[in-house]
Amino acid sequence: MNDPIIKFDKVIKRFGDLTVLDELDFEVGRGEKVSIIGPSGSGKSTVLRILMTLEGIEGGVVTVNGEPLWHEEGPDGLRPASEAHLHKMRTQLGMVFQQFNLFPHMTVLRNITEAPVKVLGLSKAEAKGRAEELLELVGLADQAQKYPHQLSGGQQQRVGIARALAMRPNVLLFDEPTSALDPELVGEVLNVIGRLAEEHDLTMLLVTHEMRFAREISDRVCFFDQGRIREEGTPEELFTDPKEDRTREFLKAVLD
Amino acid sequence: MLFGFEWDLSSPAAYAASILPILLIGMWVTIQATVIGFIVALVLGLVWAVLKAAPFRIISWPATVMTEFIRDTPLLVQLFFLYYVLPEYGIVLPAFMTGTLALGIQYSAYTSEVYRAGIEAVAKDQHEAARALNLTPARTFTHIVVPQAVPRIVPAMGNYLVSIMKDVPVLSVVTVLEMLNVAKIVGDRTFNYLVPLSMVGGLYLVMTLVASAGVRLLDGWLPKQGIPLK
Ligand SMILES: Nc1ncnc2c1ncn2[C@@H]1O[C@H](COP(=O)(O)OP(=O)(O)OP(=O)(O)O)[C@@H](O)[C@H]1O
Ligand SMILES: [Mg+2]
Repeated sequence: MNDPIIKFDKVIKRFGDLTVLDELDFEVGRGEKVSIIGPSGSGKSTVLRILMTLEGIEGGVVTVNGEPLWHEEGPDGLRPASEAHLHKMRTQLGMVFQQFNLFPHMTVLRNITEAPVKVLGLSKAEAKGRAEELLELVGLADQAQKYPHQLSGGQQQRVGIARALAMRPNVLLFDEPTSALDPELVGEVLNVIGRLAEEHDLTMLLVTHEMRFAREISDRVCFFDQGRIREEGTPEELFTDPKEDRTREFLKAVLD
Repeated sequence: MLFGFEWDLSSPAAYAASILPILLIGMWVTIQATVIGFIVALVLGLVWAVLKAAPFRIISWPATVMTEFIRDTPLLVQLFFLYYVLPEYGIVLPAFMTGTLALGIQYSAYTSEVYRAGIEAVAKDQHEAARALNLTPARTFTHIVVPQAVPRIVPAMGNYLVSIMKDVPVLSVVTVLEMLNVAKIVGDRTFNYLVPLSMVGGLYLVMTLVASAGVRLLDGWLPKQGIPLK
């Protein structure tokens, strides 16, 4: 892949004795929509959390837009990133969490405008305008003054998506955005994500158990197993003709 | 006679009525000591909590030792220390000031724990969301953590308010004329302790019930999700 927006180069991640990512090589192209599937504990969330700078790495290099994420160019090669560097790099990324992680004491509008005003320096009016457009996009134009607990899970997650988009990231990370939802609310969230995937050149990285959805929206699907990519390919290749036994077993287990 | 009021010993009822104004003056002192002591405890406790959370051992460690020391020594020891030792170094404070300061210092060790627990109870995912949105640690603390910590902190602080109120009589040993001390003086002079002490008990009951009700009201009024930000 030439000029990937995200590149993991032999990335190692450990929690104590447990090696979660074992020299992971992984790339995402600009504007590409990539789904990550795989068994529990295979390191899917960890990949996103490393990109969102919520989790550091023990080895290797992660690059975003050609710049090392967890390192900085120093006089004698790469050195660990400073908080200022991480702050700068984070502006390119946004994340949608499994549990939404909305700020419960803030209205929907304030959830969306807080960071654009405080971090990007938008005026309150600009931020409000942007938030209203995004609420329109996620179908919640009339909910701006509500508090998260007054919304359904599906609505909360759509606010979570609007909140992340308000920062205008280049890459949007979704960590099982519908796993915490009642089944009847999954559709409305997937609709929003699907529309984003279709209409925007945003790079999207989606960890999901919704196989049918992954197949619909992805340019590429990666099957993670034990901290490595066991198999990857177009949705067609991976879902209809998996090469690896492990992939076949996994797909069989989740599709039944 | 005390504070210009005469007592009337003709009957228990008349006696009670005649000393009520005197006791109310003492009660006002008790209330002032409670409020000032509580404010000192709230402010100083916050200072301890911040120092203890400092990333540097040279700051956090002394604060931890100090609060542990304060917590493990009786209020009376601290009171005597302030009242008798400070003047030796030329710091002479009025008895009332010394007493409320001692109360505030004693309870600051407890309130610092309440702050700490309240702050730590704010879920990790809130910090992660704030970080993903690139909010600074300071902004995250003041606008994400604190508003959510307050509703958890208020009820525990309310309990300490009532405790402080009940500890105010300790100040009588350094001559503060709080309610119990006033009642004792009345008893000393009239040789009737039953009536003034019973009245002190009753008035205390009223004060603690009012304070508890106030705290419960505040608690009920504060949204559990945190102080709302529009
Ligand atoms: N903070 C942590 N401390 C210790 N171990 C952790 C921590 N976070 C994750 N792990 C472990 O790392 C491994 C990978 O976790 P990760 O969350 O990336 O898995 P996942 O593929 O997202 O799984 P799931 O489908 O269950 O969400 C797991 O074994 C998990 O227990
Ligand atoms: Mg996960």
